[in-house]
Amino acid sequence: MSTHHIHVTINGTAYEGDVDSRMLLVHWIRDGLQLTGTHIGCDTTSCGACTILVDGKATKSCTMFAVQANGRQIMTVEGMEQGGKLHPLQEGFHEKHALQCGYCTPGMLMAGLALLQRNPNPSEHEIRVGISGNLCRCTGYVNIVKAIQYAAEKMQDSEELSVPAQVALAREASNGD
Amino acid sequence: MATEVFKHGLGEPYKRKEDARFIRGEGKYVDDVQLKGMLYGDIVRSPYAHALIKSIDISEAMKVPGVVAVITGKDLDAAGLAWMPTLSGDTEAVLALDRVHFQMQEVAFVVATSRYAAADGAAAVEVEYEPLQVIVDPKKALDPDAPLLRPDKKDKQPTNQIYHWETGDRTGTDEAFTDAEANGIVVKQDMFIPRIHPAPIETCGCVADYNKTTAKLTVWLTSQAPHVHRTLFAIVAGLPEHRIRIISPDVGGGFGNKVPIYPGYVCAVVASLTTGKPVKWIEDRSENIASTGFARDYHIHAELAADKDGTVKALKVHTLADHGAFDAAAQPTKFPAGLFHICTGSYDFKHAFVDVDAVHTNKAPGGIAYRCSFRVTEASYLIERMMDTLAHDLGKDPAQLRLQNFIKPEAFPYRSALDWTFDSGNYEGALKLAMKNVDYEGLRREQAEKRARGELMGIGISSFTEIVGAGPGKHFDIAGIQMFDSCEVRVHPTGKILARIGVQTQGQGHETTFAQIIAAELGMSPDDVDVEHGDTDTAPYGLGTYASRSTPVAGAATALAARKVRDKAKKIAAYLLEVGEEDLEWEPGRFFVKGTPGKGKTIQELAFAAYTNCPPYLEPGLEAVNYYDPPNLTYPFGSYICVVDIDRGTGQVDIRRFMAVDDCGTIINPMIVEGQIHGGLTQGLAPALYEEVTFDEDGNILNGNFQDYLVPTAMETPNWETDRTVTPSPHHPIGAKGVGESPTVGAPQAIVNAVVDALAHLGVRHIDMPITPWKVWNILKEKGLTAD
Repeated sequence: MSTHHIHVTINGTAYEGDVDSRMLLVHWIRDGLQLTGTHIGCDTTSCGACTILVDGKATKSCTMFAVQANGRQIMTVEGMEQGGKLHPLQEGFHEKHALQCGYCTPGMLMAGLALLQRNPNPSEHEIRVGISGNLCRCTGYVNIVKAIQYAAEKMQDSEELSVPAQVALAREASNGD
Repeated sequence: MATEVFKHGLGEPYKRKEDARFIRGEGKYVDDVQLKGMLYGDIVRSPYAHALIKSIDISEAMKVPGVVAVITGKDLDAAGLAWMPTLSGDTEAVLALDRVHFQMQEVAFVVATSRYAAADGAAAVEVEYEPLQVIVDPKKALDPDAPLLRPDKKDKQPTNQIYHWETGDRTGTDEAFTDAEANGIVVKQDMFIPRIHPAPIETCGCVADYNKTTAKLTVWLTSQAPHVHRTLFAIVAGLPEHRIRIISPDVGGGFGNKVPIYPGYVCAVVASLTTGKPVKWIEDRSENIASTGFARDYHIHAELAADKDGTVKALKVHTLADHGAFDAAAQPTKFPAGLFHICTGSYDFKHAFVDVDAVHTNKAPGGIAYRCSFRVTEASYLIERMMDTLAHDLGKDPAQLRLQNFIKPEAFPYRSALDWTFDSGNYEGALKLAMKNVDYEGLRREQAEKRARGELMGIGISSFTEIVGAGPGKHFDIAGIQMFDSCEVRVHPTGKILARIGVQTQGQGHETTFAQIIAAELGMSPDDVDVEHGDTDTAPYGLGTYASRSTPVAGAATALAARKVRDKAKKIAAYLLEVGEEDLEWEPGRFFVKGTPGKGKTIQELAFAAYTNCPPYLEPGLEAVNYYDPPNLTYPFGSYICVVDIDRGTGQVDIRRFMAVDDCGTIINPMIVEGQIHGGLTQGLAPALYEEVTFDEDGNILNGNFQDYLVPTAMETPNWETDRTVTPSPHHPIGAKGVGESPTVGAPQAIVNAVVDALAHLGVRHIDMPITPWKVWNILKEKGLTAD
């Protein structure tokens, strides 16, 4: 089995490492980099607990090899809070009681983020479609929908930076080091 | 028992304390635990549902780079660990010795330096099997020519029948049926409650870490009952209990799945004891669905006797229960069919008789209480289906039939025909509220109009009664340990509190709600109370969180421990204020001298005094512990109304509305209660329309993964509507009853009743769950009603 040396930017921080060809991205992020906010809930790309953003696009990190992430920009749940300020989605999940056991939450937040980037003002139906690749066993989704609506309103009302901008800023900062 | 309720902190929608870590990805679940030198385990599983093991060859596996050890049943047998007790008193193979009993049964455990190496090693273990005849259908398990599935216990159990259990008044019930056959009406119905799986999004797993120097075993475990698991590890493995520490960290959903002990846990412990290194074992989703505790799988025949006017008289139920290869049901010793005898439901039956035969098949072991207080879901389903069947046969409105037969509010405490004492209830109140909220009469008019136009619309009702909060300890146990629960309250000198509880949260929000209970009792902010749980080295002994027992039992312990603190604080107040205790009055947060409100001491001042100026006749400090053994169970209830439209072209059922009125007694946190109801309803929707674990005739599981096992997504789940009535429990210190499982218990039959109601005019009387479009479409086709 061959190994590969990869460079990946995660939440604005540059990481590099040697990975086996078959190493799943989620295992590298969780076990290798100890960013354990990204979870694993199935083995068939069904549950979405491992959802992250790869170059701004929601991606199930259990269905991508680590080597495929070489040179990419990744965002995980750990990158949402900026400068001690929760992202409106994180705030919405708390305010609207959109989580119980918390296990699906990071993936839901990432799916919600990807949705709001594409569609800043989604309808209830569009939100449900947007999170339909993510399973939650605790909440019945009602409050997750409300939390994403909360975030959508808040992001429209305020001068919140869009996430790609945040990641780009963080990247500049890290390059400047 | 005192029943005064202090409002401060109770009944308020406090935002959850635990959210802070979860929304940042900082929750710590078992698979997040990473220890130095940690090894990984993977399990070799049987591809056959029933076979003899002829040989196991580990030589190739041991050559795989990174593989450290391969443990087989023979290795465990040498240590006396090849078998372990189940929670139902059966024995279950940890690793199979000479025979496998279900597909995916554990055969060998490979330990390696990485997840990948462990999986490679598992794939390299060569096992030779000789397939045997497979029994999948429990109805065939008792055939005279059926193979004996458990020869290991043939001395105790010579057939595949695990038990026959019966309860109730057979003679009185038979007489009532004879009378009804002559003068009233008897309705009969077969129904099957399919095998389903709790499938929490986090699967089961552990990290076992045996430290040879301290001789202490620490196990991070996906456990709903860490103390019980510690005791079982001590008994089974012969380890000193004070040298075992079980930590149930953040747990990603439980729903009963994480109550049993699974072979992987035992193997990881053995591997750590053997290697001296920490060993992590995390099952994947396929392993979770295919091998860990399933639920339901009850084949029910029910008969109901009533007067011609619909007044119910007697209920007779026979059930065939499929417990799979090992009887690993999680239920109290006294009650092999759990609390199935709540099946008289919310109705005033004079007589009832119930029997259950449980059998082994070549399917995964279990019969666990999936978001259900030991078979209550099955019981509630059958009675609510039977009430609709009676209404159907009498041509009566199902709501009116229920209102006619409800146990009346003034009849509580009510002794049921099967000898349970229901603590409190107002069933009419809940149903009438639900009917008003949906404009029931208007819906019936709409349905009539639609029927006239050939459209299919149905309205389903479920007026369930739950039974939760086990103990009392004299009746309820887990593996012999009485079902009490506990809380320890430590008030620090500055008046801030650390509380530890014997139950464990898997998303229920205990860190918030238990803080609210203490805050309410002591008149302070929940922000000043931190709640810890899940670590057996620090938490007081408790039986764990399942069967909606945390609030009824540990919640009571928490209120009473806080009252002990308040009682001591009162003595200190009397000393400081130089008055008798009888001269003091309490208002939330402070004691003051009667008639002189200005002269008083806050709970914070009293806490400080407990450490700095304690009366000489008292022990210093301000702490209390309470172990609470409830005098009775609690009986939450509710009425749900479901409205469905059926697509004649596809057979698709669309839930247009679902109104859930719940009554769980005093509410601690309405936001959390509503969240629990949303989630529980979704887990009731799941078996009604989507989920069932299925097998082919060779015992191959057909949907052991999330591609094929259909957990509802946001697309299938309707926008649940909720409302409530409040009928406190008279015996619970704050009147609370527990709510987590009510919606899962109550919802399936509301949906099934609605679908059957939509098709009732076509002569449809019952459809078994899950009601797939295929089933409905076939009915429509048979009736010549499929749209083009």
